[in-house]
Amino acid sequence: MKTFKLGGIHPGENKLSAGAAIEILPLPTQVCIPVSQNLGAPSKVVVEKGAVIRTGQLIAKGEAFISSNVHSSVSGKVTKIDSVIDTSGYKRPAVYIDVEGDEWEESIDRSQDIISDIRLSREEIISRLNETGIVGLGGATFPSHVKLMIPEGKKAEYLLINGVECEPYLTSDHRLMLERGREMMIGVKILMKGLNVTKAYIGIERNKPDAIDHLLKISAEFPGIEIIPLKVKYPQGGEKQLIKAVLNREVPSGKLPIEVGCVVNNVGTALAVYEAVQKNKPLIDRVVTVTGKSLKKPSNLLVRIGTPVNQLIDFAGGLPEDTGKVINGGPMMGKALTSLEVPVVKGTSGILILPENESRRIPVINCIRCARCISVCPMGLEPVLLAQLSENQVYEAAEKEHILDCIECGSCQYTCPAGRPLLDYLRLGKNKVGVIIRNRGKK
Amino acid sequence: MNLLTVSGSPHVHDHQNVKSIMYGVVVAMIPAIFVSVYFFGLDSARVIFISVSACLFFEWAIQKYLLKGALTINDGSALVTGVLLAFNVPSNLPAWMIIVGALVSIGIAKMSFGGLGKNPFNPALIGRVFLLISFPVQMTSWPIPKALFSSSVTDAITGPTTLGILKEGLNAGKTVQELMANSGFPGYVNDMVGAQGGSLGEISAIALLIGAIYMLLRRIITWHIPVAYAGSAIIFSGILWLVDPTRYIDPAMHMLAGGMILGVFFMATDMSSSPMSPKGQIVYGVGAGLLTIMIRVWGAYPEGVSFAILIMNAFTPLINKAFKPRRFGEVIIKK
Repeated sequence: MKTFKLGGIHPGENKLSAGAAIEILPLPTQVCIPVSQNLGAPSKVVVEKGAVIRTGQLIAKGEAFISSNVHSSVSGKVTKIDSVIDTSGYKRPAVYIDVEGDEWEESIDRSQDIISDIRLSREEIISRLNETGIVGLGGATFPSHVKLMIPEGKKAEYLLINGVECEPYLTSDHRLMLERGREMMIGVKILMKGLNVTKAYIGIERNKPDAIDHLLKISAEFPGIEIIPLKVKYPQGGEKQLIKAVLNREVPSGKLPIEVGCVVNNVGTALAVYEAVQKNKPLIDRVVTVTGKSLKKPSNLLVRIGTPVNQLIDFAGGLPEDTGKVINGGPMMGKALTSLEVPVVKGTSGILILPENESRRIPVINCIRCARCISVCPMGLEPVLLAQLSENQVYEAAEKEHILDCIECGSCQYTCPAGRPLLDYLRLGKNKVGVIIRNRGKK
Repeated sequence: MNLLTVSGSPHVHDHQNVKSIMYGVVVAMIPAIFVSVYFFGLDSARVIFISVSACLFFEWAIQKYLLKGALTINDGSALVTGVLLAFNVPSNLPAWMIIVGALVSIGIAKMSFGGLGKNPFNPALIGRVFLLISFPVQMTSWPIPKALFSSSVTDAITGPTTLGILKEGLNAGKTVQELMANSGFPGYVNDMVGAQGGSLGEISAIALLIGAIYMLLRRIITWHIPVAYAGSAIIFSGILWLVDPTRYIDPAMHMLAGGMILGVFFMATDMSSSPMSPKGQIVYGVGAGLLTIMIRVWGAYPEGVSFAILIMNAFTPLINKAFKPRRFGEVIIKK
């Protein structure tokens, strides 16, 4: 069974919602759509207060190269253009809309028919993904159309589709592959056309045997797409780890996957691409896992972007009595929420509710130099050393020790028996080093 | 509603902490403790009890009165040092000497450098070497257990260890074969089970190996240091033995006699004083193996494990700098 070799951990999988079919969450009464939901520059709001808008209508335009359009996920009236503290914990501009009915833009094909014939040309695909605001749904929310524009001098050989879902608890990608596999596969075909490649691999960890079987069965209809079952190991969903596992190629330090001829996209993104290209549907909803050991009904929900998180939790049985922490994303890389009012955004793959007794870190004591952080680091770094350099504020030394290679997977801190906040220090160090490098560029 | 806890990722932990690691080491030492009590009687229990109590006391007293910090004796590390120190002394050592050893181990080798995880040298070995140099007579007069299955469990006779017999005999011009044929020589089986003179924890290779397997399975130690250490010692002593089997001890006897197994699995693997990257651990292990055999063969002392490990401890910071883990996507710049 294939996997990446360097480092890695195997945290408790806890895929509580793996058997729960995707349900459609009823429309909320109000949505709040942050207009900066993607990696890169924020988008510019193009609607005004009081405007009556339809589902799928453009509300913010991405104007920079790396930026992305945002569309209304509901129909109704714009009540205010203000700001909101989003899942990242920062204040961002946002459009608030009171929901009235569900009037969709007429250009969107809402039928259930699956259209497998890809009529759009490569250029049309790229501009469609740009118009419809498709971004990477694995979490990094990198604008998808930019990913298809291969830089001068580079060549894409393979498309890798990330169906790994290595984060514990999360099951949205799993359900999506199982229930909407065919549409997702067409999405992969579209991405292949957009990249001008003939071969795509879908990497799936073998703790999702039903999804692997299903996709293997239908893959006969999709020549050029190969399903690769992978050994269960975190962080296999990291794109560098996935490329290593599937193709045994190593993306050089500081470089992007295209350096080794690869482009990586998530299965959720592939489905969104299908809907955008074949149905002309902008990215206005996504599958979100709502889960937790104390939650009554761990679920996978199809949610309109902008729906407040507490509505998802209510639908899944309400906030448990013993709740200690609510996380946007999985337990390894997700962000703890400060409020349950925050809206679901394009990058929200799951809402995880941890009970009080699992919400606190273990006490911090002296590092005993056991070197476990080194042995689990998938990037071959020395987290103990980097954290120390960062703690002592010698950021130049941290840069020399390749702190920027850190993918923030959290394996080091997960495994540290002394409970040291290694990743906290690494994140701080990465930030500071980033500032140093930018200032260097200015001189 | 209660307030939500907010902290950076990761939000889960694998629930192995320092305490569980330290107590894991203690569990791994239980077979060797039983063997030592079997062969040396209650004397052995006495040494372990005094050593552990003294180590815990000194750590507590230093934290409370000198450093005025949070008490750390519950983390299990002083307990491990206490048992390891006891493992490295003869079972008839006077109580006060054990206490002096504990003070040196905990006070000088551990707490003066900052306590848990900060010691550059293995504390128990510093204690042992201090005692060996200060009280060479008491530290090298070993109660000799009778061979396995003999009528009396222990007797009061003291004498040299397996390595001591060989060293002395070789210096006197005898051959290894003559010495091993001697009736007083413990031989392979007794050395493996533990019926040999020696420090109380080092005598039984089997008991120590059971503990070692437990530590490997629980991921408390990795294979790198033990394999590199034992491997280099076997290869180096094997070469010498092939050159002249009458003057050099065979590798199997090197492994079974003296503190080799104890050193390889329990002393050299001390986390704070050994290198961190797998490559560095192998370099360290190979160095310790070579040094051990060199000291045993050419040094003044019959035993070389303690010195070899302490010398390699001293190189650990350099090894850590020189032998980094292989980075993912490392760009090799050709000159």
